[in-house]
Amino acid sequence: MSKKIMLGNEAIARGVYEAGVKVASAYPGTPSTEILENLAKYEEVYSEWAPNEKVAVEVAIGASISGVRSLACMKHVGLNVASDPLYTFAYTGVNGGSVLVVADDPGLASSQNEQDTRMIARSSHVPLLEPSDSDEALKFTKFAFELSEKYDTPVILRTTTKLSHSQSVVELSERQNVEDKPYERNMAKYVMMPASAIGRHKVVEAREIQMQIDASTFPINKVEYNDKKVGFITSGIPYQYVKEVMPNASVLKLGIINPLPKALIEEFCKNVETVYVFEELEPVIEEQIKSWGIQVKGKELFTKQGEYSANMLKKAILNENIEIPTDDSPVRPPILCPGCPHRSVFSVLNKLKIHAAGDIGCYTLGAVAPLSVIDSVICMGSSISSLHGIEKAKGKEFTKNWVAVIGDSTFLHTGINSLINMVYNKSTGTVMILDNRTTGMTGHQEHAATGKTLKGEETYAIDLKALCKSVGVNRVFEIDSFDTALLEKALKESVNGNELTVIIAKSPCVLLKSRKSTFYCEIDQEKCKKCGMCLKPACPAITKDENGNVKIDTFMCNGCELCFGICKFGAIKKVEK
Amino acid sequence: MAIKNVMIVGVGGQGTLLTSRIIGHVALNSGLDVKISEVHGMAQRGGSVVTFVRFGEKVYEPVVEEGMADVIIAFERLEAKRYAKFLKKDGVLIVNDYRIDPMSVVVGARKYPSDIIEELTKTYNVVSLDAGKIATELGNGKVVNSIMLGVASKYIGFSKEEWLNTLVATVPSKTIEINTQAFLRGLDN
Repeated sequence: MSKKIMLGNEAIARGVYEAGVKVASAYPGTPSTEILENLAKYEEVYSEWAPNEKVAVEVAIGASISGVRSLACMKHVGLNVASDPLYTFAYTGVNGGSVLVVADDPGLASSQNEQDTRMIARSSHVPLLEPSDSDEALKFTKFAFELSEKYDTPVILRTTTKLSHSQSVVELSERQNVEDKPYERNMAKYVMMPASAIGRHKVVEAREIQMQIDASTFPINKVEYNDKKVGFITSGIPYQYVKEVMPNASVLKLGIINPLPKALIEEFCKNVETVYVFEELEPVIEEQIKSWGIQVKGKELFTKQGEYSANMLKKAILNENIEIPTDDSPVRPPILCPGCPHRSVFSVLNKLKIHAAGDIGCYTLGAVAPLSVIDSVICMGSSISSLHGIEKAKGKEFTKNWVAVIGDSTFLHTGINSLINMVYNKSTGTVMILDNRTTGMTGHQEHAATGKTLKGEETYAIDLKALCKSVGVNRVFEIDSFDTALLEKALKESVNGNELTVIIAKSPCVLLKSRKSTFYCEIDQEKCKKCGMCLKPACPAITKDENGNVKIDTFMCNGCELCFGICKFGAIKKVEK
Repeated sequence: MAIKNVMIVGVGGQGTLLTSRIIGHVALNSGLDVKISEVHGMAQRGGSVVTFVRFGEKVYEPVVEEGMADVIIAFERLEAKRYAKFLKKDGVLIVNDYRIDPMSVVVGARKYPSDIIEELTKTYNVVSLDAGKIATELGNGKVVNSIMLGVASKYIGFSKEEWLNTLVATVPSKTIEINTQAFLRGLDN
């Protein structure tokens, strides 16, 4: 056995490989993305990007029913999209073992909410495991497949951002040779019409009761008795903070969160005087323990929000007075990169004072000053449907300075449904697809319109223009994102017009290797009138010093020419790299 | 040995991930337990980013908290100021003397703090250098990371050979020579 240092997500991919999985499907989403990216390196596993999480889970269901081990991965909000198949997959159970990896984001590093997947596991009656470092991520993944087959159920492996995106040492093993299960038609198990679903619901309940009993003997739970005055029930990354701060406390580290190992917890609470439940986000463990009539301490001390820390424990339990000096440094939130095509589109929208219903992607950053274009962001695909709702509520007069903006990958994820609704229900709005030829924010994954698969094979590239036309949008324009004059003309026409219009603003993401510029821009200080027009699109490479002199940082400039086109005095010149 | 805590701070896109991975691997190759915590996703887009490396006999939490850091490698002045409170009393703050304005400064809502390095020196043990200038002298503006790593290696520990072996194994093969040169320039700084 060899040792390696691996990202939590990389270790999960290794676990999937070692478990003999044959089919895997996912839609990228921080912090889950690197699981499939790493899995794609193993030839023995078929892996793919699906257009959305619901599709990914259904692909995994099909593979499981056919008799092989299968996987689907997503971020927490992706499970909302996939919850339709999930709740019924819990009823059918599996043939080949099937695992869903769901990555939560306490602290909102890259998400729109802080929902807790453990709640969904409870309500869907699907078992949920949670590892606390990379080595456990690998081992728990393999164990999840065993449980899945033993108890005839899909299993959720839950991670959080800190687990997915931290590296620690793992031990590797060989890939298991897992025989395919024979496929047999079984209507009562796999055709979920009411008569069979009534029968399966009974199976689900009996399974959960049995698992709750068995869970107390699972090797993924760990009891560490030390000082029996103080004890912690915890799991995942919070376990690490407990060990850091309270090395002498007794600890019950849960590997399975749903169903909870009741007997094990009862015994621990009997043996330890004061028990704290230390869990990030919702009081999922705490409330269940309390419902069994056991006194524990939890959310009265520890918040339901954000990530936990060692300092938090020191303050709450050890009453340490940790003074953290305040710092008034200007904050530095994320921004669009220098050379980003979204900036060009937003600079036009800003100039025309057009509001945008936004969507999930880098372009969400168009909400921030000074671009200040985006008025709302909810979830994947919501830009198009919410614009439709605004028009139906307030009428065309209200929406004549509105558009929806959505990325290419997000459009294919769920935006297309919303566009069909606009066509069907006679909307007259303007939709902008910001087509940067990739799934940008999650780190450049292929999708159905890029012409490449996850494994890098050539494939058919969906033509977004033809797709929009095919569902009945007659006015569809394809315009280079940096052709600001043409964008302006098309926008003015369509927002004032009375016909549904799609404008596809096209230009590859500046971080793609295919878009390497050969020059950068520089300011000719003699010609510069210090008017500040070039600063308006908020390119981070362009700054003004205390004397009003404008400078372009040549390390950062990607030569997009947006500022070059804006300057009326010819003061910006292009310099070969 | 006591756990060593290293932080790498900068602005998304400056390549802090690669730096933390090299440090982690040097420790791993010496048989130590290692944890590295990274930032992926939206925060990488020009935002303030921080990665943590912790190593020792047994490491629990993957992050470094306020008052714990032995060494902070800052790729930008304002980020050095922002994270300085994470330093231990005798910790070392290595600062690349480079400025990237956050958007609030670009639009004139805030001022970029002046004399950051002078101010930090009053409280902390600061080593500052213009790594961008050195990198340009070496003929490749992109080797700032290796220069900073060279400087930091003196305070993190391990031998020159251990560092160079890991560096060579980690950077793209075409850039081994220039990165080695850059590391050595940092080491001699």
